[in-house]
Amino acid sequence: MTSTALRSRAWKLLEMVTTPLLPSDYLDLVSPLRAGADLRGRIEAVHPETGDAATIVIRPGRGWRGHTAGQYVRIGVDVDGVRLWRAYSLTSPTSRQDGRVTITVKAIPDGKVSNHLVRRAKPGTLIQLDQPTGDFVLPQAKPAKVLYLTAGSGITPVMGMLRDTEFDDVVMVHCAPQPQDVIFRNELHDLVADKKLRLTEVHTDTDGILDIARLDELVPDWAERETWACGPAGLLDAAEEHWAEHGVQERLHTERFRPSIVVTGDGGEVTFSATGKTVDADGATPLLDIGEEAGVLMPSGCRMGICFGCVTPLKAGAVRDLRTGEITEAEPGVLIQTCVSAAAGPCDIER
Amino acid sequence: MTAIDPTAHLTAEQIEELGRELDAIRDEVIADRGEKDAAYIRKVISAQRTLELASRGVLLFSIFPPAWVLGTAGLSVAKIMDNMEIGHNILHGQWDWMRDPKIHSTTWEWDHVSPAEQWKHSHNELHHTYTNVIGKDNDLGYGIMRVDEDQKWHPFHLGQPLWNFLNACFFEYGIAAYDLELGKNLHKRRRKNPEFRARAKAVGRKIRKQVLKDYVIHPLLSGPSFLPTLAATFTANLVRNIWTHSVIMCGHFPEGVQVFERRSIKGETRGQWYLRQMMGSANISGSKAMHFMTGNLSHQIEHHLFPDLPSNRYAEVAVKVRALFEKYELEYVTGPLPKQVFSAWHKVVRLSLPNKKPAVKTPDREQELVAA
Repeated sequence: MTSTALRSRAWKLLEMVTTPLLPSDYLDLVSPLRAGADLRGRIEAVHPETGDAATIVIRPGRGWRGHTAGQYVRIGVDVDGVRLWRAYSLTSPTSRQDGRVTITVKAIPDGKVSNHLVRRAKPGTLIQLDQPTGDFVLPQAKPAKVLYLTAGSGITPVMGMLRDTEFDDVVMVHCAPQPQDVIFRNELHDLVADKKLRLTEVHTDTDGILDIARLDELVPDWAERETWACGPAGLLDAAEEHWAEHGVQERLHTERFRPSIVVTGDGGEVTFSATGKTVDADGATPLLDIGEEAGVLMPSGCRMGICFGCVTPLKAGAVRDLRTGEITEAEPGVLIQTCVSAAAGPCDIER
Repeated sequence: MTAIDPTAHLTAEQIEELGRELDAIRDEVIADRGEKDAAYIRKVISAQRTLELASRGVLLFSIFPPAWVLGTAGLSVAKIMDNMEIGHNILHGQWDWMRDPKIHSTTWEWDHVSPAEQWKHSHNELHHTYTNVIGKDNDLGYGIMRVDEDQKWHPFHLGQPLWNFLNACFFEYGIAAYDLELGKNLHKRRRKNPEFRARAKAVGRKIRKQVLKDYVIHPLLSGPSFLPTLAATFTANLVRNIWTHSVIMCGHFPEGVQVFERRSIKGETRGQWYLRQMMGSANISGSKAMHFMTGNLSHQIEHHLFPDLPSNRYAEVAVKVRALFEKYELEYVTGPLPKQVFSAWHKVVRLSLPNKKPAVKTPDREQELVAA
């Protein structure tokens, strides 16, 4: 018998020992970051960057496959007892020797996860991790000239790139309301002093929002540069238009943090994506009834919110709890009770 | 369905007002639910796993009597924790709000021969929706007993004290059979129903796994302690079964608990549904440890009003619920475990014999009368 077969037999036996739980349920008690466990990480330090941004140092579990500069990682953090998932760019270089990685988070107003991470996260806390992903990365072949165009926390994936790969000719244009809002400002200025970077800071409180036409003046050879841009949608839209107008769109790489904004309202168009049905729903009829009327096979139970027999994944959009009025927005892993939830805007129910 | 309706003094408006007041209690807990509650259930789960692991470890040496006693006691408690405070409550969706896929009603499996999925249907859906409605809620006597004067007597019921005792000893199998609706499905035609066969197969698989673990694998691992370990696991299962059976009997069977007619729930309002849960359930009084070991089902009344609120909150909710019972002059049936168990058993024995109809019910002096 091969050793793999032997191991799988041993594992089966172990599963019989621990049934109905799995051996991993016990192993997680002592070694949550071990190889073979669900991917997790441990927060080891939180370093403030600006008044509302902080860098979180994370030791990922043994299953971490490593990242490419510019990629992001989804993390699951328990905030007030509720697991919430968000994506953040990795800001540590891939060459970091101690096996830790960092993300840098800017607290956005009313942002549950970002505020928690910046202001309340404590070293020692376990978080859930996904493998890093994203194609906002540098090419294999080094471009001769590089432009980084960033705004606000859009600097984070670019910082990952800056720390990872040195180029002969790098220009960065970064927008932030005021000098003290520039994340990584000291490090950027050190790079400038070492002549490794040419930096233009645009302080939008005093200079106003960056007019993309000003690039001609700020970076005269922008069209010759391979450009990576990350920031609010307005900036990226303007950049894409500008690059396209000059016929150099293939030199522009963009990263958008929030591709879609959830629209909440009273009722909306409900899509049952597994069945391929779309119907209009008002804000008062339970989604269970909406689905059943549309001929979708809906799991159901007590029809009053107590038995949890109808829970179904919410893939997109938002729903309102008819009992409490509470809004639930779609996130990976979010399940809703269709018998007590109504559409709060367009939504997608996986049925 | 008693001759004297203990809720007759309430007007329709009062019942709806009561419903609103209960909704407010629920909303308060939900608004306050958070990190502490999450930490609580995680702590209970890891304590249970540690205790089970340690007890199984000790039982490897159960050839030595002190190890046998210690291991058996530990395993009994671990199994009770698994079924009661953890399994029952997670499967109710009480912890789904945490969005932790490992502590979620859709993924949890428990140390019990009835697969979680089937139990959720018969318990969460049928029993909790139709609590104490004769003909709708099969928990009333589990289909093998007569627990109300208005249920028809049959000579079969003469043996019900014995059935009830056997059910207590092998309770998890009783529940599995009950979830399968075995009595109804054993008729020739139904037996072939593919849906029933699939469910029966799932139960078979679960029984096989459970039995293999408890009565083959762990004894074998114990080597020379094979037989003592086997006896220890059997004892732990027996203790767990009798304990859970007793706690559950106290929930709806003690004297003073009301049952309802099928037609009484037609067009039932939210307030009326709440009222039925209040009158159809009974509590067990006692210490914190007592509440914990019953999985907080000692707060059966609160659990039936708010089956999806985290169990660690029932104690604080109970104070407010009890005040509502007083305000609306309703009887809050509660008492210490021995008294409630005796009361439930007394009923089982009494109703094994036929009674004159219609039964005129007198208030039961054994019960703690909060109202009045």
